[in-house]
Amino acid sequence: MSDAPTGESSVVLEVSGLSVHHGQLCAVEDVSFSVSRGEVLAMIGANGAGKSTLLRTIAGLHTPSGGSISFEGADISRLAPHRRFARGISLVPEGRRLFSSMTLEENLLVGTTKGARGTFTIEAIYELFPWMRERRRSRVWQFSGGEQQAVAIGRALVANPRLLLLDEVSLGLAPIVIERIYDVIPRIVAEGVTVLIVEQDVGQGLKVATRVHCLLEGRTSLTGVPGELSDADIERAYFGASLHDSERRAGGGA
Amino acid sequence: MSTRESLSSLDVRRSTHSPLITLVGSVVLVSLFSVAPWIVPAWFASILMNFFILVIMATMWNLLAGYSGMVSIGQQAFVGLGAYATLFFAIKGMSPLAAIPLAALACGVIALPVTYLLFRLRGGYFSIATWVVADTAMIIIGTVAYLGGGTGHYLPGLSNFDPVSLTHVQYLASWSVALVVVIGTYVLLRSRLGLVLASMRDNEVAARSAGAHVTSARRIVFIVAAAGCGAAGAVLAISQPFVQPGNEFSMSWTAEMLFASMIGGLGTIEGPIIGSVVYFVLFQWLGQYGAWYFIVFGSLAVGIAIWQPRGLWGALRDRFHVELLPVGHWVRERRSAK
Amino acid sequence: MTWLNIVIQGALVGGFYALFACGLSLMFGVMKVINLAHGDVAVVAGYTAVFLAPKFGVSPLWSFVVVVPVFALLGYVVQRTLIQKSIDRDPFTTLLVTFGLSVLIENLLLEVYTANGQSINIGSLIGSSFQLSSTIYISYVSLVVLGVAVAVLGALQIFLGHTKTGRLIRAVSDDREAAQLSGANYRHIFGIAAGIAFATVALAGIAYGMTTEFAPSSGVTNLIYAFEAVVVGGIGSLWGTLVGGIAIGIAQQLGEHINPEYQVLAGNLLFLVVLAVRPNGLFGKKTAPS
Repeated sequence: MSDAPTGESSVVLEVSGLSVHHGQLCAVEDVSFSVSRGEVLAMIGANGAGKSTLLRTIAGLHTPSGGSISFEGADISRLAPHRRFARGISLVPEGRRLFSSMTLEENLLVGTTKGARGTFTIEAIYELFPWMRERRRSRVWQFSGGEQQAVAIGRALVANPRLLLLDEVSLGLAPIVIERIYDVIPRIVAEGVTVLIVEQDVGQGLKVATRVHCLLEGRTSLTGVPGELSDADIERAYFGASLHDSERRAGGGA
Repeated sequence: MSTRESLSSLDVRRSTHSPLITLVGSVVLVSLFSVAPWIVPAWFASILMNFFILVIMATMWNLLAGYSGMVSIGQQAFVGLGAYATLFFAIKGMSPLAAIPLAALACGVIALPVTYLLFRLRGGYFSIATWVVADTAMIIIGTVAYLGGGTGHYLPGLSNFDPVSLTHVQYLASWSVALVVVIGTYVLLRSRLGLVLASMRDNEVAARSAGAHVTSARRIVFIVAAAGCGAAGAVLAISQPFVQPGNEFSMSWTAEMLFASMIGGLGTIEGPIIGSVVYFVLFQWLGQYGAWYFIVFGSLAVGIAIWQPRGLWGALRDRFHVELLPVGHWVRERRSAK
Repeated sequence: MTWLNIVIQGALVGGFYALFACGLSLMFGVMKVINLAHGDVAVVAGYTAVFLAPKFGVSPLWSFVVVVPVFALLGYVVQRTLIQKSIDRDPFTTLLVTFGLSVLIENLLLEVYTANGQSINIGSLIGSSFQLSSTIYISYVSLVVLGVAVAVLGALQIFLGHTKTGRLIRAVSDDREAAQLSGANYRHIFGIAAGIAFATVALAGIAYGMTTEFAPSSGVTNLIYAFEAVVVGGIGSLWGTLVGGIAIGIAQQLGEHINPEYQVLAGNLLFLVVLAVRPNGLFGKKTAPS
């Protein structure tokens, strides 16, 4: 199931046979994939397919019940979240999760405290999102959803990660705002950052991704390159089956 | 496997053994304890009497913390108020024994308005606030000259007993109150309230959204625990029989009830009783070396809270699958079902 | 004039309560834990200053120079071991464990040092005061303690607001998981917060020992006043705690003025009244503590 790394690009993240349980419930089951430097992998799937759990497990917030995660060749499956962060993995969590008592700039400063130095300075973030400079001393709880999302991305970027994990960045945002957020992704990739995004909005995911990985009920249902996949393939992988298949799926489902 | 199939292969029972055994065992135990002061030496009857007082308190504390998640460290407020209510009624000419239920009732009544203040706080803040309430109650009682002020007052109304029958009366008072409290708690936990408490313990938010009256359940439990501790205070006053603020409102009552229920196992009826046994075993064994028995008792409780949070009884039960006083249900797969 | 004196003496005591309480407040803010043994830590610091420091040739007056850093370290270690272990279970266990520790510390101190009052000998400084008017005297030591309290609160405010570690502490307090995703080792941050809490309450304990006598039970009584200061001032506000401490101090002085027996009672009643009419305290945030 796992994609073999191509000769020219080095594998940044390698996930093999990963399973994650929430108590009795199996959220992710035997998922394998790898991401190479400079790639944008879009993890798509319906609500509850296990995408977020997968991302959070890569960041270290859940302990896998099986399989392994390696980053730049080293096994990180057992490392605490802050150790993975130190190695260059940043997750922009679902729901932004900003530090609500702090100003915009303070949120970014927290990102730099333990992060690596590099091209993404706080100044660079202000270039990326020009509106921020003027409002850097405002408290973030007064910001709109889109603005908060931008701050969350900025907070992850100032640590100069080599792998950026984006969890549902479009959730609850207006299309125009989503557009603006997704506009910056190519500029992030241009700096050599490998990106793994989780999206419910398939169209958005396909637009920026170099590769797609679809999850269904915790398992891989499809992998491929956006241009080469038909809409029908994706639909089947996303919803599990067309309507007449539903009987069979119910029989096999965990 | 369809739902109906999976349900029919499960066996739901309250008890792990025949209720008849529990019934016969209980009758034998109750009869033995009722005649104990006539058959065991006086020193042992006196230990048993204090043991029952601790069982009452620990059972009440367990109801508060183990079943409802309220860590009160101010239960000495109600122990003290119960003792002083008894004193008050006795000074007014009532028999202290008849005053026991009235003292419990008085504590329950006082607890009601107190909950409206305390329930504004949660977790640790709730805990310290219970402490402030206890402190306040002690200071106020200490200023009432009619009840002996800070120096205390002898409990009247027991002088018509000769010394031997007085010890019997004291013993029977503490034994019968303990019996009522333990059985009452058992019945309470098997009632609808017990169900609400169980659902709160599993997931308070879910219980709330499922329409369970979480706050009223808490309030009822707090009032019952106050009444129970008040009864313990009444028995304490009778057993001494002298009432003094520094003693009846002592923080150590709360420490004892807390440690006993933690050691025995929170959230079980049997736990506080077993914890109380541990307390008196330690007391007999190390009592001559000052407060060390208490230090050992407390260390044991802290260790158990960290490493064995289900307590001694919980550990035993998990190991041997026994339950003497079941309040829940056992669900296990039926062997015959395939 | 009596009224002015009540306010002044109350404010002097209130500074001490705030110093005593700020660590309690900090630990609650960062790890959502109430350390019920907080007051006993202060008393242990007092006993350390009286009995242990002289053995190492440290004079009682300067004992805090040694005791405070030692307690910061102790706080870190206790947090990383015992308290973290109970946090890993649940908040409920933390209450049981810290209450158990409180009772244990008090009983151990009773066994070893008896219930006799102790004080930290600072020589003639203890009695020296200056006269503000014919009836109002201000003790130098009390004034210094108030000054120290304000300085500590100010330093804490600057530390939390403008240093890297301070920001991480606030980040963990706002959202533990998001802070981890920003590289914070929350257990280490918890340890630092506990270190600060232990250090400040140790300082408070020594200050207490310099102004009056203490005994094993002093920890518990002072924890109650400190807690009242926190709630009256508003949970989560450092300067609120100072105002709350002063309010409790003044209430106690007022109570004492009416009848010496009412000193503590007046503070408790103020607390209960605030809880009844303004449960979020004078400077509290809108949301109720949970």
